[in-house]
Amino acid sequence: MGHYYDSKDLERFGEIGKHRKELADKFFDWYGSVMEKGALTRREKSLIALGVAHAVQCPYCIDAYATGCLEAGASNDEITEAIHVAAAIRAGASLVHGIQADNAINKVMM
Amino acid sequence: MTVPAFSSKLQKPLTTYGVNCLQVNLGKLCNQACKHCHVDAGPKRTEIMDRETVQHIIAAAEMVRPELVDLTGGAPEMNPHFRELVEALRDLGVPRIMDRCNLTILLEPGFDWVANFLAKHRIEVTASLPFYVGEHVDRQRGKGVFSRSIEGLRILNGLGYGDSLPLNLVYNPQGAYLPPDQDDLEQLYKRHLAEEYGIRFNELYTITNMPIARFKTYLERSENYTRYMNKLVSRFNPGTLDGLMCRSLISVGYDGRLYDCDFNQMLDMTIDAEQPHISQLRDIMLTGRPIRTDDHCYGCTAGHGSSCGGALDTEDEAIAV
Repeated sequence: MGHYYDSKDLERFGEIGKHRKELADKFFDWYGSVMEKGALTRREKSLIALGVAHAVQCPYCIDAYATGCLEAGASNDEITEAIHVAAAIRAGASLVHGIQADNAINKVMM
Repeated sequence: MTVPAFSSKLQKPLTTYGVNCLQVNLGKLCNQACKHCHVDAGPKRTEIMDRETVQHIIAAAEMVRPELVDLTGGAPEMNPHFRELVEALRDLGVPRIMDRCNLTILLEPGFDWVANFLAKHRIEVTASLPFYVGEHVDRQRGKGVFSRSIEGLRILNGLGYGDSLPLNLVYNPQGAYLPPDQDDLEQLYKRHLAEEYGIRFNELYTITNMPIARFKTYLERSENYTRYMNKLVSRFNPGTLDGLMCRSLISVGYDGRLYDCDFNQMLDMTIDAEQPHISQLRDIMLTGRPIRTDDHCYGCTAGHGSSCGGALDTEDEAIAV
């Protein structure tokens, strides 16, 4: 294995059902239902998906949902804002733990 | 990947229902040269329909009595016989005459007559506006095209288009991806264009970019061709087949030659007839004629489908990972 990520592997996602297919089927059915238009539009769901993809830093999801956002009618500005939201929440999540550090420091310091 | 032959996807060969729409390409001359243009139209093109062929079009409209005559190009208004053709079609009582307008032609020197002429003859305007955000439009159609398109739309709105006269817009993707859901996108267009520019229009048509001509070259150069074709093939939707435009349309090239659709025209695939020319229409089978297909037909049958009048199958489609 020369490298861990290969863009062609995205097309092979379905092969995850090679073993215990019934589990993969449940996932793909649920996934399909989640992404259907509901109280949120496809565009809104695609923007959320792209934000999450950046937060979990999944190159497959970023590839799929960058295009998915365009195919749902999102603009470049909306896509960029979704990425900023993901980045800001990630940054905030790190920073807010500074309070825990402060608590720990206060506990041990005279 | 080898693209499976389109014919292998069909349970029986596609045939025509008749001629509901007479689509006429008045020439490849255009004031714009857009990156996605399947006609390869532009300001330097010299192929343009002559008066003799225009007379054949008028005779054909009288003979087949189509519901719709769809005038396209290039910029159809740049053909010197455009007005004569439209007036003759109106005199014949053709129920619907459509002008596929790129909007910027309305602002070109020497073409200030176009908007008033269209309104006077109550011509349906189907106008290209590939997105509701300027940056996206200019990237595809050239710098400043979006703001000039908005100016063109304001002129049309001022004449009653979008209210008492039909004004429809056409979306096409700005690259190697498929169009959004037509109804959802129409709502977005209507909200943005009304709030930001005060523009009104009737319907939005979403159209898939066909993997031919200038767009195919782009796909190959950007190494997107295989992926794009994979996407089209994997999203083949048999539910689109009954409504395909080629089943009820005949397409006439600038030189009078006949095709099953505008895309076959650009690929030089004339209809299945001994003399595929508008002058020979009387001897051509209009109903039940086999339609010529090839790989590009996946473009009209992927996902929600695509036609000159937008999506074909508006049932909700599962999103692909």
